[in-house]
Amino acid sequence: MSPDRPLHASFAPMAAQRGEHPAVVEPGGRSIGYAALDALSARLRDRLIAMGVGPGARVGLYMRKSIDAIATLYGVLRAGAAYVPVDPDAPPARNAYILNNCAVSAILLETRFVDRLVEEFRALGAVPPLIELQDPGGGVALAQALDRADASSAAPARADAQSRPGDLAYILYTSGSTGRPKGVMLSHENAVSFIDWCSDTFRPQAGDRFSSHAPLHFDLSILDVHVALKHGATLVLVPEERAKDALHLARLIAEERISIWYSAPSILSLMAQFGDLDRHDFSALRLVLFAGEVFPVKHLRSLCALVPGPRYYNLYGPTETNVCTYYEVIPPVPDDRTAPYPIGRVCEHLRGVVVDESNAAVAAGGEGELCISGPGVMQGYWMLPEQTERGFLVDADGMRWYRTGDIVVEQPDGNLTYRGRRDRMVKRRGYRVELGEIEAGLYQHPAIKEVAVVAAPDAEAGVRITAFLSSRDGRKASLIELKRFCAERLPLYMIPDRFSWLDALPKTSTSKVDYQSLKELG
Amino acid sequence: MSGDTDFRKEVRDFILEEFLPGENPDELTDDLPLISGGILDSIATLKMVLHFEERYGIVLEAHEADKEHLDTIRDIAALLASKRG
Repeated sequence: MSPDRPLHASFAPMAAQRGEHPAVVEPGGRSIGYAALDALSARLRDRLIAMGVGPGARVGLYMRKSIDAIATLYGVLRAGAAYVPVDPDAPPARNAYILNNCAVSAILLETRFVDRLVEEFRALGAVPPLIELQDPGGGVALAQALDRADASSAAPARADAQSRPGDLAYILYTSGSTGRPKGVMLSHENAVSFIDWCSDTFRPQAGDRFSSHAPLHFDLSILDVHVALKHGATLVLVPEERAKDALHLARLIAEERISIWYSAPSILSLMAQFGDLDRHDFSALRLVLFAGEVFPVKHLRSLCALVPGPRYYNLYGPTETNVCTYYEVIPPVPDDRTAPYPIGRVCEHLRGVVVDESNAAVAAGGEGELCISGPGVMQGYWMLPEQTERGFLVDADGMRWYRTGDIVVEQPDGNLTYRGRRDRMVKRRGYRVELGEIEAGLYQHPAIKEVAVVAAPDAEAGVRITAFLSSRDGRKASLIELKRFCAERLPLYMIPDRFSWLDALPKTSTSKVDYQSLKELG
Repeated sequence: MSGDTDFRKEVRDFILEEFLPGENPDELTDDLPLISGGILDSIATLKMVLHFEERYGIVLEAHEADKEHLDTIRDIAALLASKRG
């Protein structure tokens, strides 16, 4: 297949080839075959085009993970628009900001979110057309929403959009250091080049059953959804409310005969500790992929020992490039190993270089920032030209290299090892967290005069986030009040683990907050 | 032990001691949203479930260990009381 095809073009032939074969499964409930998914997403395509939504537009997706959601994102792509998935569990104000920021032409959303979103949107500007889904599941809610629309006006059948490689396929919002999430713009070429790399590397088969553990607004979902459907395999959706339940997940992998699992390491750590893994039959499982943060060796060791069948891959890459390096972990993990595994080698469809602070290439063995170039690298940040420019290094040949912000070292065998961050971003349960975004959230509290947020490694949780605060008037808000305040403004994974009140924050000689001494306290 | 009230006290004491050291107990009301309010994260919730399973020799089904059943002290106490029958 041509690498310059649109993202949805690899799904199109599957309706005829795979027919009734289950494309997407909701565990314990409903499933949809390839032909039916094709028909449902085509109906949405036609409806969107009838609404005037087409190439160059963006469409918001604000609903729980479901067959309806998967049909929606394909419907959006087939209309030629880009999909913008938001976290259904995030505060409505944050989601309204995102959907308004990228000026969506329509939003498909669950009925339960309508009132809050409309209220938040009114404060920002005009409310875009909404397509309401009552209780998504099985594709029924989307079909009913389309039936209602058809009853008032027809939507003639159209052909799939012939999206060009540079057209946007989706925008994924990540934590932004200025306190506002920023939109990473990914094109069809970005998506397709990554998906084709996955095909070459992991050799998926039509009989494979992929887990869909990551939420759709998280870049891990690109592999799950689009690689599974490209190969005529089956995508097994893990509902958000079950996503951290180790016992349930272990049973689900066994019962649903998952063959390719992909998640952040934190959930695999939980399964290794609390999943009662020795009770289950994991014979179908052939690949365990993990990405998003460092996998603590202790838990990886026990996972590999409890589930010895599959091959294990450590995948690494920011949303801006999706996976850009990979490393196969060969079990067993030696008892005396304490160092995390390498992030490995640069993926074949990309190129990498390690540079020092003056942007000069560093020889193997030296520390530097990993920069990535190639067809997988994002177009830029939505409406943030300065941040986009800062995000890239342009070499003498005019080639753009995305600065990952990650400090790495190339080992003698050619594998890269991860050393840390260049800036104030941390990974928590696989999510990117800009400590500055937490600070910006806390600064909105009327009693807070100063805030500084620091992160420290933690053996149990991977990373521990502490917020240091000083009070405006001597009143110290309680821990419960602070956590609830954060929960109204930030995704739950950004809420600090600890809050610590100081009379005043320590300062450096230039009157800046002294983060170094706070780190020692944290 | 019997009655929801005793369970509520037990749950409140556990949460205060484990996850909210130094907090004023009066702030932790029976209907405070613990999970959706960001007070307990997923690991804290899991630890709490494991603690009460062991303490009372009960087993929570996977579908019970979620926000719907565990979001407030009142919900947790009611669930524990029903399990203890």
